Amino acid sequence: MEFQHSQASHCESGVMSAMLRHHGLPLSEPMTFGLSSALSFAYLPIIKINGLPLVAYRMPPKAIIKGLQKPLGLKMRFETFGNPAAGVARLNDLLDQGKLVGLQTSVFWLPYLPQDLRFHFNAHNVLAFGREASGDYRLSDPVAETVVTCPPADLQRARFAKGALAPRGLLYYPLGTPRAPDWHKVLPAALKKTTRIMLDAPLPIIGVRGIRWLAKAIDKLDAGSGAAHSKMFIGQVVRMQEEIGTGGGGFRFIYASFLQEAADLLGRPALGELAEQLIDIGDEWREFALATARMIRDRDPLHPPKLADKLRAIADREQAFFRDLRRAA
Amino acid sequence: MLDSEVPQEGNSTLGGHRKAMYARGTDGKLHIVQSAGWEVEEIVTKQAVDDLLRLAEDARQRALAGQTSPLEYHMYRVRMDVPLLAQASGIWQWRIRRHFRPAIFAKLSPSLLATYADAMGLSVEQLKKAD
Repeated sequence: MEFQHSQASHCESGVMSAMLRHHGLPLSEPMTFGLSSALSFAYLPIIKINGLPLVAYRMPPKAIIKGLQKPLGLKMRFETFGNPAAGVARLNDLLDQGKLVGLQTSVFWLPYLPQDLRFHFNAHNVLAFGREASGDYRLSDPVAETVVTCPPADLQRARFAKGALAPRGLLYYPLGTPRAPDWHKVLPAALKKTTRIMLDAPLPIIGVRGIRWLAKAIDKLDAGSGAAHSKMFIGQVVRMQEEIGTGGGGFRFIYASFLQEAADLLGRPALGELAEQLIDIGDEWREFALATARMIRDRDPLHPPKLADKLRAIADREQAFFRDLRRAA
Repeated sequence: MLDSEVPQEGNSTLGGHRKAMYARGTDGKLHIVQSAGWEVEEIVTKQAVDDLLRLAEDARQRALAGQTSPLEYHMYRVRMDVPLLAQASGIWQWRIRRHFRPAIFAKLSPSLLATYADAMGLSVEQLKKAD
């Protein structure tokens, strides 16, 4: 199959950008991210990863794939499997038909990824576009620089990993051909949805209020005998913000890029000015990450309230930003 | 972030890979820039990896001293904890903790050992040893 790989910063938006381009609709990665209203913030103390609460800077997995269906009038087909053999057979069958197939996988079992990044995270998206003579799958992993190959046994494990967000062999592909939407209709709707998520979420742990809630939790961290746990806690926040393919600043830069594109498509320079503001906010998130890392390494004394203040300042700026965005949309 | 400010200081946890970041070019537009790594990311990734290595090494020492079973060591070595191993193997958490007792682990049935080994991607022979 003729397939054009391009590197992206985030797996799900990268997969959808490549898949749509392959089917004749060239949408950038930031456009798939923004159009599906994927930007968010959530602090979920109930969901623990290795004993630490989950912090997310975007909507839950599959939100981008599903969220693009309405604005693009696109129907995606999703298939999961109770038994791995059936899932393998179906993937091979689709590849034999020449289809490009999206897969949900666990990062831990993908041998081509760097060892230190292979944790048990089950919602990593890759594209399969063919098989080698040896039987190895040819994959386009959006966060990798080039296409990769993966032995069948490893890919099967990755697709049928157990635990939170278990993929159950999920594969997906579009039905029909995507068409360019009416930008003047879909872009304002997507922008408004993001402002609703960030400003009006009914739970205090989502959106701007979620950032303040996290600040409160960091305020209470112990800098004395519990310092080791406190460092793991703040380290986890930065890992979710920077390490897990976010394009930097917890997806704030990728969303700013989307705003620049939207400004051009709609002929609204106000959105371009808002993009500038969001780039500044992304820089502040990166300063927060830097301050945190310095405390983890004891280059600066561990002082959680200082980090909490930084987060509150970011929350104030994001609140003002999303209110302006709502008016501009 | 300007594209000239994208960190290129290297990050050993990336294993030589470069990752895509969004940064502002001279025309004011954001675009993808490859980053060789930022020390901040290296610090927080290493922190998580080192914590798991510490747990595995601690369990290995206790397994060699006969205070726990090799099961606990391998669980941490494959970056799992008890709740995750329970989900991956279908075995209840309290049973897994019971199987950390060396005397009970020594008497486990081959099929139960095979279930554990399969969940962690090991052979049964590997699972029985803590080295």
